[in-house]
Amino acid sequence: MFDTLSNRFEGIFKRMRGLGTLRESDVDEVLREIRLALLEADVNLHVVRGFQDRVRQRCVGAEVHKALNPAQQVIKFVHEELVASLGGETLEISHPAKPPTVVLLAGLQGSGKTTNAAKLASWFKQQGRNPMLVGADLQRPAAVEQLRTLGASIEVPVYSEPSDPIAVARQGLAEAVASSRDVVICDTAGRLAIDDEMMDQVGRISDVIDPHYTFLVVDAMTGQDAVTTAESFHAVLELDGVILTKVDGDARGGAALSVKEVVGRPIAFSSTGEKIDEFELFHPDRVASRILGMGDVLTLVEKAEQVYEEAEAEAAAAKLLEGEFTLEDFLEQMRQLKKMGSLQNLVGMLPGVPPELRKAEIEDDRITQVEAIICSMTPEERATPRIIDGSRRQRIATGSGVRPSEVSQLLRQFSEVQRMMKRMGGKGPGSTRKKPKKGRKGSRVTPPGSQQRKPGKPKLTLPGLEDGEFDLSSLR
Amino acid sequence: MGDEQAPESEEEAESASFRNRLATARGTFSGFLASVVSRGVDDATWEELEEALILADAGVGTTAALLDRLKEQAKAEKVASPEELVVLLKAQMAQSLEGYDLELGTDGNPAVWLFVGVNGVGKTTTIGKLAAREAQSGCKAVLAAGDTFRAAAAEQLGQWADRAGAELVRGAEGADPSSVVFDAIEHASATGVPLVMADTAGRLHTRTNLMEELSKIHRVAGKGPGTVTEVLLVIDASTGQNGLAQARRFTESAELTGVVLTKLDGSAKGGIVMAVQEELGIPVKLVGLGEEVGDLVTFDAHEFVEALFS
Repeated sequence: MFDTLSNRFEGIFKRMRGLGTLRESDVDEVLREIRLALLEADVNLHVVRGFQDRVRQRCVGAEVHKALNPAQQVIKFVHEELVASLGGETLEISHPAKPPTVVLLAGLQGSGKTTNAAKLASWFKQQGRNPMLVGADLQRPAAVEQLRTLGASIEVPVYSEPSDPIAVARQGLAEAVASSRDVVICDTAGRLAIDDEMMDQVGRISDVIDPHYTFLVVDAMTGQDAVTTAESFHAVLELDGVILTKVDGDARGGAALSVKEVVGRPIAFSSTGEKIDEFELFHPDRVASRILGMGDVLTLVEKAEQVYEEAEAEAAAAKLLEGEFTLEDFLEQMRQLKKMGSLQNLVGMLPGVPPELRKAEIEDDRITQVEAIICSMTPEERATPRIIDGSRRQRIATGSGVRPSEVSQLLRQFSEVQRMMKRMGGKGPGSTRKKPKKGRKGSRVTPPGSQQRKPGKPKLTLPGLEDGEFDLSSLR
Repeated sequence: MGDEQAPESEEEAESASFRNRLATARGTFSGFLASVVSRGVDDATWEELEEALILADAGVGTTAALLDRLKEQAKAEKVASPEELVVLLKAQMAQSLEGYDLELGTDGNPAVWLFVGVNGVGKTTTIGKLAAREAQSGCKAVLAAGDTFRAAAAEQLGQWADRAGAELVRGAEGADPSSVVFDAIEHASATGVPLVMADTAGRLHTRTNLMEELSKIHRVAGKGPGTVTEVLLVIDASTGQNGLAQARRFTESAELTGVVLTKLDGSAKGGIVMAVQEELGIPVKLVGLGEEVGDLVTFDAHEFVEALFS
């Protein structure tokens, strides 16, 4: 979603590259551009002003560090300010000594409360919790049915009844206590911030269930009004955080910055797709990097780490470099990718991916097809694809339910990849890659359940993807 | 919540709703006017006008274009007071929003209206309200539950159908939406119902496969006995600059005939529709001003501009 904003900044920094020093007039020019970029990204006008002022103060007062060129210096300041604005750290969910943990979701109509109530329940389930959903949206027709259907799909019970929302919330909580559920998530009706009666109602729901966490659900496509909404809900509910939804679109997501700024609470989660598991902890520092066009390198590496066993990764890396890349490896990689989540999400995280490619959708279906084709081959064929002749090809096509031409196409693609791997490997390790830097500056809170990165552990060996400093010139 | 109220006369209800909305959301611009009337036109005036437009989600490009034009006109006509300037600006804006035929096309046997948009903008609710409105004016409609993806979407539309006394045609969850829409059109044709309103699943315009699915729905809907006379993009008034990208991609997939701007009764001003109309020539036809059946009204450029600056 932050793609276009990234492009914008890339343009600005490209222009600054040629300059030897950071003059005040340059700073002003850049800040004008930053202002436009942020406004186009739907960052609230008043938030933009504050942001601009902070960056200006730092830029004008500061010397350009010897190790950096002026553009890099500005990247550093802008990045730091973006990180500060977006939150600086992730939200850690802790649970009270006496369960259940009570969570309240609120927001405008259509922001995605019901869907994300289920997603959050599923997330808690993955954390080993025993959640229950409470459907207190009695306003929208069939909202409770929607929640029940979603609840059934993730095997989480849903409590609701056609009385009034406050009673439902109260009884839902009682029901959760009685059935020893340790997390209760209460969905509420969408409401406008200026609707006093409805705002009062959600305030009373909050009073009755006394939530440990109250999240405002915010659509990433929201414009300038995000600030008004966030302020009003915060005034009534004392928010603990924000769930940012529909971030898989191409909205530039300025609302995230605006809301964070006015509410002063972290964006806790982001919803990255229509599937229940497309939901994750929000990483402000990473998103700030993404805004700057550096890609969400850390998320990518972490996701890869979760999936890859250490040894597997090492062996794969060695093989890749030696050019001994077989169809088996190809299949294995495809499977790993599948486990990492939607390909499109991954591509979006890569820095320097051209905008047209970021938008291109990679169909997960295609992976399934590739899987079927390779699985229909004998081990011998997988090891030595060139033995595949016309009749073998026909057999494989029949076995995998595709046309023979699609088998040929896959084989062509594979040999393309193999050639590329050989070329990369031929240069020898290290020649095209910078040394990874130790650690990462700035605060980074590791989300619970994720592995701590160990020093010396092999990294994903894509060029230009190292941790730490990232040179924009490698993008071109 | 509350009772569904039938508007006494349509026009009365429309302007009244717009004005009510003005009353609730009035704030930024009245403050602007108050601060501005005491002095002459200077740089600060222009800055404040820019600010008002940006805060209404008009966007950087549209705002710049509007103010450039206004500057020229102000110079030519020697406008000296900020008040006059505001009057000029509003007139310009209203003018650029006017001149479109806002009637919904009914030439078809049946006429088919397709409702499209990203997730959560209010497609289903809009159809529900519109079905009630059509029923009030004596026009029967079949509702097609073409959102076969979201859980309980068909139930939601079904409740609206019951309220409006309209028939609902639905498929199983996960069924092919094209065939549901096609069936509804055939059913309407066979039973002599003149209008089909087809709901579709919310989809982000960046998802190629879902946009292709929409193309197909559009194509298939035109193949049956009916005629697709309206393809309406539903946009939430709180949408920012992404609204333009939405309109662009949706009209590529299923040629849009108009926009429904929903949730305009909140504090969001919906300024992005100006860019949509300017750049793509797609007019706003309907406006959603609340949750009641009578809260869906025909777009009025002057009232919209007033509300934008309220």
